[in-house]
Amino acid sequence: MSHGITSLRSRIYLEGAAERLEGPLLFLKRLAEVTLNEAVYVEDASGRQRLGRIASIDEAHMTVEVLEATMGLNLEEIRLNLTGRPLEFGVGPGLLGRIFNGVGEVIDGGPPVAARRQLAIGGLPVNPVQRETPRDFIETGVSTVDIMNSLVRGQKLPLFSGGGLPHDRLAADIAVNARLRQSDEDFAIVFVGIGLPYDSAEYFRHRLEESGALERTVLFLNLASDSSTQRLLTPRYALTAAEYLAFEEGMHVLVIITDMTNYCEALREVSSSLGEIPSRKGYPGYMYSDLATLYERAGRVHGRAGTLTQLPILTMPADDIGHPIPDLTGYITEGQIVLDRELDRQGLYPPVKVLPSLSRLMKDGTGGDYTHPDHPALANQLYAAYARAQQARLLASVVGDDGLAEEDRQFLAFARRFEHDYVAQAERRSLEASMALGWELLRELPRTALNRLSDAQIAQYIDGEGG
Amino acid sequence: MSEAVIEYIGGPLLRARTEGPFGLYESVAIGEERLLGEVVRLDGDHITVQVYEDTTGLAPGRRLAGTGRPLSIPLGPGVLGGMYDGLLRPLDGFDSPFIPRGSFRERDQAYRFTPSVAVGERLSPGAVLGAAEREGAMDQQVLLPPDVDGEVVEIAPAGEYREAEVICRIENARGERREVAARQDWPVRIARPLARRLPVDEPLITGQRVIDSLFPVGLGGKAAVPGGFGTGKTVLLETLARWCSADVIIYVGCGERGNELTGMLEEFPGLVDPRSGRSLMERTVIIANTSNMPVAAREASIYTAVTLAEYYRDQGLHVALMADSTSRWAEALREISGRLGELPGEAGYPAYLSSRLADFYERAAKGETLAGKVGSVTVMGTVSPPAGDFSEPVTSHTKRYVRSFWALDARRAQARMYPAINPLQSYAEETSRLAAWWQARGNSDWPRLRRATLELLEEQTRLERMARIIGKDALPFGQQMRLLAAELLNDAFLRQSAFSENDRYASPERQTVMLRLLIRFADLAQQAVARGVTPAEITGLRIYRRLQRMGEDLPPDDLAAYQALGEDMERELQALAEEVTA
Ligand SMILES: Nc1ncnc2c1ncn2[C@@H]1O[C@H](COP(=O)(O)OP(=O)(O)OP(=O)(O)O)[C@@H](O)[C@H]1O
Ligand SMILES: [Mg+2]
Repeated sequence: MSHGITSLRSRIYLEGAAERLEGPLLFLKRLAEVTLNEAVYVEDASGRQRLGRIASIDEAHMTVEVLEATMGLNLEEIRLNLTGRPLEFGVGPGLLGRIFNGVGEVIDGGPPVAARRQLAIGGLPVNPVQRETPRDFIETGVSTVDIMNSLVRGQKLPLFSGGGLPHDRLAADIAVNARLRQSDEDFAIVFVGIGLPYDSAEYFRHRLEESGALERTVLFLNLASDSSTQRLLTPRYALTAAEYLAFEEGMHVLVIITDMTNYCEALREVSSSLGEIPSRKGYPGYMYSDLATLYERAGRVHGRAGTLTQLPILTMPADDIGHPIPDLTGYITEGQIVLDRELDRQGLYPPVKVLPSLSRLMKDGTGGDYTHPDHPALANQLYAAYARAQQARLLASVVGDDGLAEEDRQFLAFARRFEHDYVAQAERRSLEASMALGWELLRELPRTALNRLSDAQIAQYIDGEGG
Repeated sequence: MSEAVIEYIGGPLLRARTEGPFGLYESVAIGEERLLGEVVRLDGDHITVQVYEDTTGLAPGRRLAGTGRPLSIPLGPGVLGGMYDGLLRPLDGFDSPFIPRGSFRERDQAYRFTPSVAVGERLSPGAVLGAAEREGAMDQQVLLPPDVDGEVVEIAPAGEYREAEVICRIENARGERREVAARQDWPVRIARPLARRLPVDEPLITGQRVIDSLFPVGLGGKAAVPGGFGTGKTVLLETLARWCSADVIIYVGCGERGNELTGMLEEFPGLVDPRSGRSLMERTVIIANTSNMPVAAREASIYTAVTLAEYYRDQGLHVALMADSTSRWAEALREISGRLGELPGEAGYPAYLSSRLADFYERAAKGETLAGKVGSVTVMGTVSPPAGDFSEPVTSHTKRYVRSFWALDARRAQARMYPAINPLQSYAEETSRLAAWWQARGNSDWPRLRRATLELLEEQTRLERMARIIGKDALPFGQQMRLLAAELLNDAFLRQSAFSENDRYASPERQTVMLRLLIRFADLAQQAVARGVTPAEITGLRIYRRLQRMGEDLPPDDLAAYQALGEDMERELQALAEEVTA
């Protein structure tokens, strides 16, 4: 077995120290000097080693979080190997094209990766002085993203989805189609499956293979059957690899993480077995900070060529955007793309729910220097009009279509077309095509409603039919 | 100094057995790396310490040493214009893109000192010693610390000094001598003294119409900005940091995104303060304790920021402190309290959440400084309520301590109606005290305009509710017109894009003319409808669209253009009314 940790020179063995085993947590007497977060191996009588981490210590005792299944461990026989180092991952350019399990072990049958460096998987906070604002517009081919919620290189933009919605397809579409304008540089893709059913993992692998992207992809697969303590580490191994590829190898890395909901469930489970006081819905009070240590590992830094873009996917329990998982995520990420069950039911793909979706970095990556000078105004006007149309819908649901004023009826028609022809799309659209179609939809609205457009924009795109 | 031996470590807290006396809130140095920590609990011969850096790698058996002083920050002329962590340690000067543990260095900037006192002069606490100038920062002063007084024995001549260099020796009545440098430590949890507090009777001008005209905050006042994620809290605070009328801006990113602070650091040096003509960064300090930085330092960052604000206030300056987000600070309190094993209160927050919030907001003040000048600290904090629900503890307690409440509304934000301040949920107390200021600026009917505006907005909600039952068309024309006038008020006045060059800042004068125009429009339109004009005819007028877009279309300083717009409005509505009656 080739473990993520390879540079173990002097190992100390502890025997007869184990006192109690509760799920993934092993409680031991502290018979040797250990440090917090140190990597350890829990060895059984057969010599099989399980990776673990020192989770807490006091003068007499310590707790080890075991990262693999603890079934079959026997307290009397446990030997603990201390490594003297935090959990580390051996990284090198050979990561690309490889498949790892959730704790950084090669599982594709190939040889171990030649490690150039051993990096602590927890990472370090990026110094805000050393960051650079992400600005390069990424064309994803999806109108509701490109025009209304633009993605830029180095952004963290999650998909808020629900069980059974086509988030896998959309994420794969974006991974395969995303490109910069005026450049054919491809993304390196780090795909992170957390608690993933086998067929989802297979679906992604297939899509990436089909598009020829597999050799610039690194896969990390923590399957639904793996332990929950391991789920907490999988994204950390993956982000360590991604940071290395981006900031040391100078690549543009797109990290797709699915499903963050499984990550948060694991966090809740481990926290409760540690006996911590729960906060909202049983999740630990530090979930915000914990999630931030993952999501904040996106961005650009001074003097480094590469970028790290994150596209995490989460399924909202009961489709509730106020649930702690989407809520805390939204408070950390730079916007969100929300998927809608109603649109999906109508067979519209991608079912992007536009109003609660947002890209906060849009202002930095759109407009004259990046896309088109009139792009921001178009996006604003589409938003304002669609929001107004929702009010008209609400009204119509009470007083009926006939009770509506003429103007409101126009808005209803606009909303229908917007959803069927703009949100839904059969194939990739270029930025230009998305913009042209956006102007076309706006032409159906009364002029007085177009107050987000300047006179010049109205003359050119609305009256001038596209000019 | 006393020492102690670590026995237990969990997250940001550790417990140690002492070998000598320690004080509560004493700062300590931990291990060989001398990581910064603070004693938060005394318990027999044990202390509990909160550690301001990541504790990975620490182990029981290692030693820590007391410093004999409470947790303090080094104030001085070298701070302005830079970015610091939650304990005012400089974030620039690292080679790596990351912040490695235990790698902070001390700040000791060069500055130019020009004394304004002479040997033999008797000085009271907080007196001015001289001027401090530095490249990249606005001009400041060096003061005597608030706990030092006496006769000047020695004063440095004008020249270049380092912040830590002694520039003055002073002897008090008991014959004790003190050496004074420009860099002076002050304990963050203790408010710096004022000679006396003054009433808050002058607005902080923000250039945001909905704030200045409807829900103002006074110089020395306190405001809260609650709102769910993505409703515009950060953009609002950043906009205020750019354009508000304070002399100094302290912006503390408390448990929020790294990129947002980076954005300010990239942008501010290139922006020019319209009043001083100098770069905005020269009057700004950014305190960065992002969400992924150590949580204990997040708890301290709020106090660091307000202590720094008081330091500038004591120099006779008006300081605006922006804290984004106070909820993350409260969560840091909660996490530490949980680890201390304290009894959890509402939503897991410790019972003292409310009093800590009160302590923080109470440090906002306008006052006479020890040196006899007038200065102020205005505090503005965002609140990030879970699921955007304002009934949660941090929002509801904050509400008790602030005077201005700018409630952000997800519905408005989703319609891209920014700033998404909901005028019916927001408030400002004691606006009557600010009326005199507006009067002096040529707007004697500010209270009346404000009231008329709020009434129109309230009426809008009522009419909309009615329209939802009977249909908009079923409302009488007069009410339809009121609705349209209210919509126009929202669109043309309350909406103000932070990214529009023309509209991002509206001077008080421009706000006054715009509001007068819109209230006048509401009246004229009502009269026209009474004479038989239909609402559709009015919204079809050219003037309607011009009013809708005046903020974005008219040059910001061209008050004459607004005057002309007003004349056109009178004319067009008049003509329409005459057409109908004729
Ligand atoms: N005044 C404004 N003018 C124009 N756009 C705005 C304004 N306020 C907010 N926005 C838009 O809304 C987005 C979200 O705003 P912001 O980041 O301030 O939200 P927030 O309330 O701070 O969210 P969080 O709690 O997650 O930090 C911005 O990126 C910007 O696109
Ligand atoms: Mg924010």
